[in-house]
Amino acid sequence: MSTSTTHDQQGHGSLRSYITGLLLSIILTAIPFGMVMAGSFSKTVTVIAISVMAILQIILQLTLFMHMNLKTREGRDSGSFLFFAVVTLTLVVGGSVWIMYNLHINLM
Amino acid sequence: MTTDTMTNQPGIMRTDEEHADTTGMKTYGFWIYLMSDLIIFGCLFATYGVLHNNTAGGPSGKDLFELKFVLGETFLLLFSSFTYGLAMLAMHRDRLGQLMGWLIATFVLGAGFVGMELYEFHHLISEGYGPDRSGFLSSFFALVGTHGLHVSFGLLWMLIMLIQLPIKGLTDKTRPRILCLSLFWHFLDIVWICVFTFVYLMGVL
Repeated sequence: MSTSTTHDQQGHGSLRSYITGLLLSIILTAIPFGMVMAGSFSKTVTVIAISVMAILQIILQLTLFMHMNLKTREGRDSGSFLFFAVVTLTLVVGGSVWIMYNLHINLM
Repeated sequence: MTTDTMTNQPGIMRTDEEHADTTGMKTYGFWIYLMSDLIIFGCLFATYGVLHNNTAGGPSGKDLFELKFVLGETFLLLFSSFTYGLAMLAMHRDRLGQLMGWLIATFVLGAGFVGMELYEFHHLISEGYGPDRSGFLSSFFALVGTHGLHVSFGLLWMLIMLIQLPIKGLTDKTRPRILCLSLFWHFLDIVWICVFTFVYLMGVL
């Protein structure tokens, strides 16, 4: 039974993990907002920085709010499905933007 | 490993495991739905990515987006995700009252988000910048509107749970519903992070 309680804590998170998630999310939202509002960085730097921070925040919320993990069997099952969805997304979003961008350039 | 040993034992332990199993199946099934939803949002993001420069002589994101207003929406949704987390903690400790309280807090924050979004849409449409103005605005309204519609349905779900919980209490039937709604709610917050970053912030750059 002791194993099931540790599993529970792993699966449901604690007050601490939610507060950590909230504080880090606020920081990762405030920094990109500040960067764009201030406009003191070059466009390329800003785009890369805010994209990286968005991805960080997504990983953060997946682990701390949605309790994604690769330790339990359920976690690995949903993880592999998420991986499949992300691959599909990369193909759909990346492919569409790439093709249409080239089309746009070539028709100009 | 515990599952294997439990299912071999007859009696009460077995039904316990079966309950845990159905909850696991329900969440996994719901997770598959969420991933299919993710593909829908991905397609809408791709459409926006392709069309965002097609302003047809109309305004672009730079002219329209009020970043401070959108930051407010972002924080409402983020805090609602947090309060839902607290509702989940209350549920695991079997505190029905606390669970209801945090659900109401989440509902209020979520309703605030939908209200702000409706205000923004109304403002844009009344200025003549509705979805029929340009390809950019069509894809913008489709993407942000689909997200807002999801949040609205999440609120409806929450409302139903708020009615159902006092009547049925925390049972094997209501618990998975609260659990699935938590996945749905956090998922919508994650989609909003992408909208905030790739539509609003990059639109203003």
